[in-house]
Amino acid sequence: MHRFSLGTLIAGAVLGEHRAQPQWRSPPPKSAYAAVIVGGGGHGLGTAYYLAKEHGVRDVAVLEKGWIGGGNTGRNTTIIRSNYLQQESAAIYEHALRLWEGLARELNYNVMFSQRGVLMLAHNDHDVHSLKRHVYANRLNGIDNEWLTPQEAKAICPPLNIAPTVRYPVVGAALQRRGGVARHDAVAWGYARAADAMGVDIIENCEVLGFMRDPRGAVAGLETSRGPIRAARVGIVAAGHTSVVLARAGLKLPLESFPLQALVSEPVKPVFPSVVMSNTIHAYISQSDKGELVIGAGTDQYISYSQQGGLHIAAHTLAAICELFPQFSRLRMLRNWGGIVDVTPDRSPIIGLTPIPGLYVNCGWGTGGFKATPGSAHVFAHTIATGEPHSIAAPFAIDRFSTGRLIDEAAAAAVAH
Amino acid sequence: MLLIPCPYCGPRPEIEFRCGGEAHIARPQDPAKVDDAAWGDYLFLRTNPKGVHAERWVHTHGCRRWFNALRDTLSDRILATHAVGERRPDPPR
Ligand SMILES: Cc1cc2nc3c(=O)[nH]c(=O)nc-3n(C[C@H](O)[C@H](O)[C@H](O)COP(=O)(O)OP(=O)(O)OC[C@H]3O[C@@H](n4cnc5c(N)ncnc54)[C@H](O)[C@@H]3O)c2cc1C
Ligand SMILES: [Zn+2]
Repeated sequence: MHRFSLGTLIAGAVLGEHRAQPQWRSPPPKSAYAAVIVGGGGHGLGTAYYLAKEHGVRDVAVLEKGWIGGGNTGRNTTIIRSNYLQQESAAIYEHALRLWEGLARELNYNVMFSQRGVLMLAHNDHDVHSLKRHVYANRLNGIDNEWLTPQEAKAICPPLNIAPTVRYPVVGAALQRRGGVARHDAVAWGYARAADAMGVDIIENCEVLGFMRDPRGAVAGLETSRGPIRAARVGIVAAGHTSVVLARAGLKLPLESFPLQALVSEPVKPVFPSVVMSNTIHAYISQSDKGELVIGAGTDQYISYSQQGGLHIAAHTLAAICELFPQFSRLRMLRNWGGIVDVTPDRSPIIGLTPIPGLYVNCGWGTGGFKATPGSAHVFAHTIATGEPHSIAAPFAIDRFSTGRLIDEAAAAAVAH
Repeated sequence: MLLIPCPYCGPRPEIEFRCGGEAHIARPQDPAKVDDAAWGDYLFLRTNPKGVHAERWVHTHGCRRWFNALRDTLSDRILATHAVGERRPDPPR
């Protein structure tokens, strides 16, 4: 692997970009691997990376039906935080946040992780109670989160309108200073490049169409659009398409797939120093390093694989944005798109073993899994390598939907990203 | 936004409706008699198909009645709607 450094940056600036090399190979699939990951989003690529790096399993392929990072990884608004209510969630999201803090160095790839702080706004008494409860629960779990007055919130994010006369005035806010954003594509590319350097094959335009089973019923391999590939260990990390893939193995999970939308404005000078979220009026916003305001909207109310949501959903969010930040009402929106998010009944992911030996699944991250990418990939690699759930992943096993031990983040965070 | 043909009121914009999720999920006759797995399946398991989906809608800001719909989840096209209790139509080809 060609390592990046200050020297290579200066050389690139002086000598020009034509010296740029592909950052990973594009090999044809082999007929067999020790382990195959289905889905080339951040979670799948990261899983392959940690399998190779931490568990010495390097005979691995990542199969992606389109291009890597073309799913939700490349469509999300990149908000990263770990201030979840339940202990199990706090553990996995904080595990991820710690990995984010060293990720660029670990991968030798600039993932542009920026801890600019995530402000979550309260607009009424219920919000105040709920957010304060989060602050206290987070502190008990050793996670930073603090309560701010409207004036303190405005000091963190000056464009915020804290006038008491608006329809849903800001009455307080919770701030996680270690939260922030990262560059979504760079996360996929960085993991792909580092995994490839350890021998992982990244195979794009390769759709998984079916499963091969051995006489015991265990996984023996996959039927793909590029031919059969044998593997005794298979990890499914297909986000919104998990139900479709697992149906081909005769499995059904408690998942529903919904379109979730985002949009970006024309680029402007730096005006927005932090991330702001409001679950109550449903708006979340940050500014990319390119200058675009990145705005997240809600999900449609019906399941769909159309990768586009209803315009009224985006319009609703823009109304909220314009109330919180009236000065943005004159900005033009450049692009609007949707991703298909896999939502579980308790809004927590499903990570672990399946009833089919050798088949593992990591899904249900719904509207909020980008922030979990390194942590999710790390614990899932452990699960595949050892055949046992990692201790952080164990509570997220499928059986919680029959034992009733749900990890309920739904009520706690209506948006939950 | 979908244009949804309410079987009682005719085509109306989606914002007048709430979607009630997958249709034809029968509650176990005697909940005390089924095991945890079967009860969990009833509560949580959904087909989530990429293709034709049978689902329930309620015309909240209209006649306030529930009805069933068949919708293609890839194109979002509504193939048919029908009153609760009526036989589910075959999706048109
Ligand atoms: C608009 C939007 C905003 C969001 N905002 C945030 C946010 O601010 N913060 C946050 O934490 N999360 C956010 N999320 C959620 C986040 O994007 C996802 O939870 C996360 O990126 C999921 O990563 P993944 O790698 O599991 O999935 P993906 O990146 O979707 O990867 C799955 C891959 O599987 C592939 N695949 C599917 N079927 C097959 C098959 N049969 N064969 C081969 N490959 C297949 C797909 O092509 C896809 O590339 C948002 C999502 C959306 C859509
Ligand atoms: Zn009606």
